[in-house]
Amino acid sequence: MVYSGRNEELVGPIIERFEEESGIDVEVRYGETAELAATILEEGRNSPADIFFSQDAGALGAVADRGRLQELPEDALRRVEERFRDPDGRWIGISGRARVVAYSTETLSEESLPHSILEFTDPEWRGRIGWPPTNGSFQAFVTALRLIEGEETAREWLEGIQANEPRRYADNLAALEGVASGEVEVGFINHYYLYRLREERGEDVEARNHFLSNGDPGALVNAAGIGVLSSTRNSAEAEEFLNFMLSEEAQQYFADETFEYPLIEGVQINEELVPLSEIETPNINLSNLDDLEGTLELLRETGVL
Amino acid sequence: MIFASDKPRLRFGIRPPAVVWVPAALVAVAMVLPLVYLILRALEDGWAEIFEVALREKTLAVLFNSVVLAAVVTAASVAVAVPLAWLTARTDLPGRRVWATLAALPLVIPSYVGGFVLVSMFGPKGFAQEALAPLGVERLPEIYGLPGAALALTLFSYPYVFLTVRGALRGMDPGLEEASRGLGSGSWTTFLRITLPQLKPAIVAGGLLVALYALSDFGAVSLLQLDSFSREIYTQYRSAFDRTPAAILGLMLVALTGAILIVEARTRGRMRYHRSTAGSVRPYAGATIRLGRWRWPALLFFTGVVLLALVMPVGVLVFWLVRGLAAGEPLRLLWGATFNSIYVSGLAAGVAALSALPVALLAVRFRGRVAGFVERLSYLGYALPGIVLALALVFFGANFAPRLYGTLVLLVFAYAIHFLPQAVGATRAALLQVRPSVEEAAQSLGRTPSETVATVTIPLASSGIRAGAALVFLTTIKELPATLLLAPLGFDTLATSIWIATSGAFFARAAAPALLLVLASALPMYLLVIRERAK
Repeated sequence: MVYSGRNEELVGPIIERFEEESGIDVEVRYGETAELAATILEEGRNSPADIFFSQDAGALGAVADRGRLQELPEDALRRVEERFRDPDGRWIGISGRARVVAYSTETLSEESLPHSILEFTDPEWRGRIGWPPTNGSFQAFVTALRLIEGEETAREWLEGIQANEPRRYADNLAALEGVASGEVEVGFINHYYLYRLREERGEDVEARNHFLSNGDPGALVNAAGIGVLSSTRNSAEAEEFLNFMLSEEAQQYFADETFEYPLIEGVQINEELVPLSEIETPNINLSNLDDLEGTLELLRETGVL
Repeated sequence: MIFASDKPRLRFGIRPPAVVWVPAALVAVAMVLPLVYLILRALEDGWAEIFEVALREKTLAVLFNSVVLAAVVTAASVAVAVPLAWLTARTDLPGRRVWATLAALPLVIPSYVGGFVLVSMFGPKGFAQEALAPLGVERLPEIYGLPGAALALTLFSYPYVFLTVRGALRGMDPGLEEASRGLGSGSWTTFLRITLPQLKPAIVAGGLLVALYALSDFGAVSLLQLDSFSREIYTQYRSAFDRTPAAILGLMLVALTGAILIVEARTRGRMRYHRSTAGSVRPYAGATIRLGRWRWPALLFFTGVVLLALVMPVGVLVFWLVRGLAAGEPLRLLWGATFNSIYVSGLAAGVAALSALPVALLAVRFRGRVAGFVERLSYLGYALPGIVLALALVFFGANFAPRLYGTLVLLVFAYAIHFLPQAVGATRAALLQVRPSVEEAAQSLGRTPSETVATVTIPLASSGIRAGAALVFLTTIKELPATLLLAPLGFDTLATSIWIATSGAFFARAAAPALLLVLASALPMYLLVIRERAK
């Protein structure tokens, strides 16, 4: 059984393909990533789940730290770049998602945007910023900011943005909606929402993605990933599932259908996307972004949360 | 018959019969489960952590917001619902049956849909702003925060008060109002001095449902960005994966619920409301009040409420649907999910109605500390956000009842715990209008207590029991967090279909299940109102 924090519309078709090809019956419980992580912890050793398919690395880390994930086979781990997997081998990234600054095409052009997320504390951005402070990807970015620029800079940045009276959104998508409708002019979100919104609404969505450069923390690339529960009785099947998700076929699916970045070599990405190798992403390992507690503390102290 | 004493009069003998107290005790045990879970989790990191979380500045702000929100939403709901109920039940308002159905229907709009619609209408650059822009309106009042959250919750939960008050108006002994008018009082005086005091239990019962719903709801407060308890609890789970602060906040919410119940107990008092004459319900046949010219403002009031609470959200859903279809989305009518939704909500309604009966009987007929405590206990699960209740049952289910875990049984159990007060409140209000001496007569004629309950009490209180079941049905069908975590695998409902579509940003795909949800709920709502005609 799979607990999927990833949406059924997005991963349902690829899981079905796995069932067809492997002949293994897969049952899936869909839910919010964090709530499924809490569920796994509440269930303890009696969890019926074999696999946890998470939206982000943070939830996998939280479940792994409480001893609920087992070590994955070396050959699977080796297929994915080191920064997208747990150094202890308990979870592995399946698809990549980049942080971007979504901007309103009605009022802004790409050239007018700063190259670093740090510059948005300038008072000229007052009342023009939208962000989703309770969102996991956003918080992972703040953790990266603390690691790369240091605790003090991160605090100053949060205080500076706060002083610009940003609009708080429930999630990335709501923030993008805010940008597209002109409620705000820029939103700090993940890259793929834009492409999905455009698929539904057509080209007239008045927003575009801006990738930050020079290894800026604002260009962090996070991963959705998979862990196998230590209480599973179906290890062999779970491994087969994992290998399938790392196969060219599944990776191509993520590139084409969910507009995410494939994490193995040799898969063609959607032509509208900036290639992963061209994103000047900060050079840090996702598993180092595990001090969520510290990030939350900082977010609370600065009044963001 | 005059009741001068405050002392409880025991009706079925000295002690409640086993047929009443055994099921009531079982219900009480079930109700304690979430509380036990919260205490276990809250104590995990020790007392220091409890004080640290409880005394945080943020927590105090959240407490303040929640109290204000519950108070404002309750007051506004009563202010909207009581006139609506009176107008449909007592006056010659044109089309009053249709209006009654329409005024009750906003209950079927899930708050996560209603809140979203409100933002897209009245948010900056929403429909309303765009429409008013040519008239020189550059900025609408801020929708985010308390005003918006209170507006959304009032619009979609005032029907709790409307339905209980309307039920009480129809079940009320018409003799009192007739006598008042016969003695020369005008309509207004009669309403203020006779009708309104008689409606007090219904207003309090409905108001309590609204107040506690406002505390537990997550959809509206998250979309309209108000930091209430339920939003803060979700934040703890979602961003910290930390169950201890969430549990501490949950316990504080329980304490707040307790405080609200104490206030409610004070207002409830010890008045009796059953008629002193015939035991059967006489349909209201008193003079219908002629509104005359007043019917225009009355109709305007109805139109305004129905436009905001019903036409607007349904209209936006239809707009999404049409826009999606125009963009080439296939129309997906989810019959399986619709069937599942109706099926599981029907089960939950039945179980809740059955469990509510002993609790309400105990509370009405054996007024004592224990009886009162058991009834109040039933409100505990209601004020907690769905996620807390769901995780409590995940914990107990997976570890202590693995056979039931992941089955429909546990899901229906969760719904029943969550929404029991809706059934208890309506049943209790109906029982208050049943004269105990009829039950006493049945027993003196040789009926056992269980026969008396089955052949006398239940038929006489049936309208309240059915109303309670209908309320539970309507609330269950839109429930989300417990459904996601506890439903059997592959058991898609309309609520989960909406969630899957909206969380993936597929609004066009959310519109069809949302409209189906409204339609599926409209049927029991229609029966709830139309059934009255048959009486």
